[in-house]
Amino acid sequence: MAELRALVAVKRVIDYAVKIRVKPDRTGVVTDGVKHSMNPFCEIAVEEAVRLKEKKLVKEVIAVSCGPAQCQETIRTALAMGADRGIHVEVPAAEAERLGPLQVARVLAKLAEKEKVDLLLLGKQGTFASQVTVEGGKLKVEREIDGGLETLHLKLPAVVTADLRLNEPRYATLPNIMKAKKKKMEVIKAGDLGVDLTSKISVVSVEDPPQRTAGVKVETTEDLVAKLREIGRI
Amino acid sequence: MASAIQQLGRRVASWRLRPSLPPLAGLASQRAHSLLPVDDAINGLSEEQKQLRQTVAKFLQEHLAPKAQEIDHSNEFKNLREFWKQLGNLGVLGITVPVQYGGSGLGYLEHVLVMEEISRVSAAVGLSYGAHSNLCINQLVRNGNEAQKEKYLAKLASGEYIGALAMSEPNAGSDVVSMKLKAEKKDHYILNGNKFWITNGPDADVLIVYAKTDPGAVPASRGITAFIVEKGTPGFSTSQKLDKLGMRGSNTCELIFEDCKVPAANILGHKSKGVYVLMSGLDLERLVLAGGPLGIMQAVLDHTIPYLHVREAFGQKIGHFQLMQGKMADMYTRLMACRQYVYNVAKACDDGHCTPKDCAGVILYAAECATQVALDGIQCFGEWPPLPRPRAALLGPVAASERGFFPTPHSVLKLGTAELHLEALSAPVTEEMKSEEKTTRGHQLLLHSATSLPGLPTWSRRY
Repeated sequence: MAELRALVAVKRVIDYAVKIRVKPDRTGVVTDGVKHSMNPFCEIAVEEAVRLKEKKLVKEVIAVSCGPAQCQETIRTALAMGADRGIHVEVPAAEAERLGPLQVARVLAKLAEKEKVDLLLLGKQGTFASQVTVEGGKLKVEREIDGGLETLHLKLPAVVTADLRLNEPRYATLPNIMKAKKKKMEVIKAGDLGVDLTSKISVVSVEDPPQRTAGVKVETTEDLVAKLREIGRI
Repeated sequence: MASAIQQLGRRVASWRLRPSLPPLAGLASQRAHSLLPVDDAINGLSEEQKQLRQTVAKFLQEHLAPKAQEIDHSNEFKNLREFWKQLGNLGVLGITVPVQYGGSGLGYLEHVLVMEEISRVSAAVGLSYGAHSNLCINQLVRNGNEAQKEKYLAKLASGEYIGALAMSEPNAGSDVVSMKLKAEKKDHYILNGNKFWITNGPDADVLIVYAKTDPGAVPASRGITAFIVEKGTPGFSTSQKLDKLGMRGSNTCELIFEDCKVPAANILGHKSKGVYVLMSGLDLERLVLAGGPLGIMQAVLDHTIPYLHVREAFGQKIGHFQLMQGKMADMYTRLMACRQYVYNVAKACDDGHCTPKDCAGVILYAAECATQVALDGIQCFGEWPPLPRPRAALLGPVAASERGFFPTPHSVLKLGTAELHLEALSAPVTEEMKSEEKTTRGHQLLLHSATSLPGLPTWSRRY
């Protein structure tokens, strides 16, 4: 049971509290000099992995990030939260900007195979778990759906994504930051894993969303229907 | 996707989902305000120190920033004790305490960083933090015997106990050596007198108190002994909290000793050697507290820079006018220059090289720069500051720079007036100059300018 190995992917993103601005040349958003931190959903995933380890359901937690050198900061934060070791898949900054989900998924799949990982925990988009436990060699996952709560049993290895309400991530305390210094961080290239990072998508332009125009107030339902007909909505 | 971000913002403000806040009048949000990134590569910090800053800043944005305005307004920090324990969990209360006594076993640079980050959110709480973690805890670490360290350090580092230090009296501030609190020896020591302006006085469980065991000693400094006094000791009481102009929320009060019995085992250091505990401690206190003005300056920048790029006048963003750009440049360069000075002196102290003149220099310079930066910041906000407080509360950035302004004269006064700091700086310089046997014209000029600063007694006469 306690031989399970978990891999958590952590992404370095623009801090959620920053006001995003589009670059003047419309090729992307401004990232220079802008505060970055670990994707909050990735934090929840790390926290869940560390909790499973504390409950002795998982033996080792590995933190992974794909991107330029600064990703190591994000991995270090995961180590300070309790992950055991880190893997940095080095991708030069220019290429990293064009890295799509498919490419990262290939990298993670190869790593999962290579490190013999039983459980992959990710920040949400997909199946969101609001509770994770290990029961008899299988993973029991509870998730919130429109109708209520659904409980699933998954065979291992499995991929689980973390929802908002899964847990409240811990802060990296000062003693843990110092302990994390001694934890191993491996740096590899995507090529070493045999993964091709070329993207089939290219970004044409990035624009601000259109300014919300003021709404129109109407007095009665008849007026509302008439207005909607007018603008061709019905 | 947008709703996920909204949800996330709500979670950060409080774990239990609550309805979103009503839209405020344009300018400010009462929740997490986006902080400007700090270029720690230029500041020469190690990976771990950078991480420390990030984790503390994040924690404070969630647990202190939402309360900062209220703390300043009401001059009270409700749930202070709970917050202190949270700081203890992070490991930042006992930074200089060795690991075996429950601390983090790190140095003065880490201590300055935490002081800076807390002051960035609330200068008042930063002051209380400094008084607890440096003035009280660090003095125990440096001067306590084994028994005292075992007894007090762990709970002070965990946040269960709050610490304070008492040297000033109603009639003894700059001339602290003329203090009158008496400690007479019977079986224990009986303390009689008062202390004034004691930060954390109302809340402290453990206090380091300097008293005269020999009021007639010549020079007066030879009669001082440092004691550890516990709250609840019969004869020890505090009077009501002082209502200050700035640093509101950092509880300060008078301490009253009426035949207060303190056991001899509670002497910190040695009898009659209290002045060494006091003076050597002062250097490190000045160094760590210099982090306060750094945090204040960073806070002013955090609020003014974005504002200057939002507010419009005469058809453009006010941040595009040259004079405002000049202000931004001045604020930024003052902050960065102060940072390099403070961080380098902290590193030197960590390496065992601690000079009184630089410890005094950092707080003198940083506090004066912070006053200037806060004044510049207020100018950036124009007419807003004079608004009555309730409405000012809506304008987070403005209130913050207003808060930034008030602490700074206090910071300049902390641990000595500017003149005292100047003396602490110039006196060693004078000594160095005097020891030169051959004086060239250049040295003569330097000697003349150093001693001609008005109203300063010479170093040798004082101690």
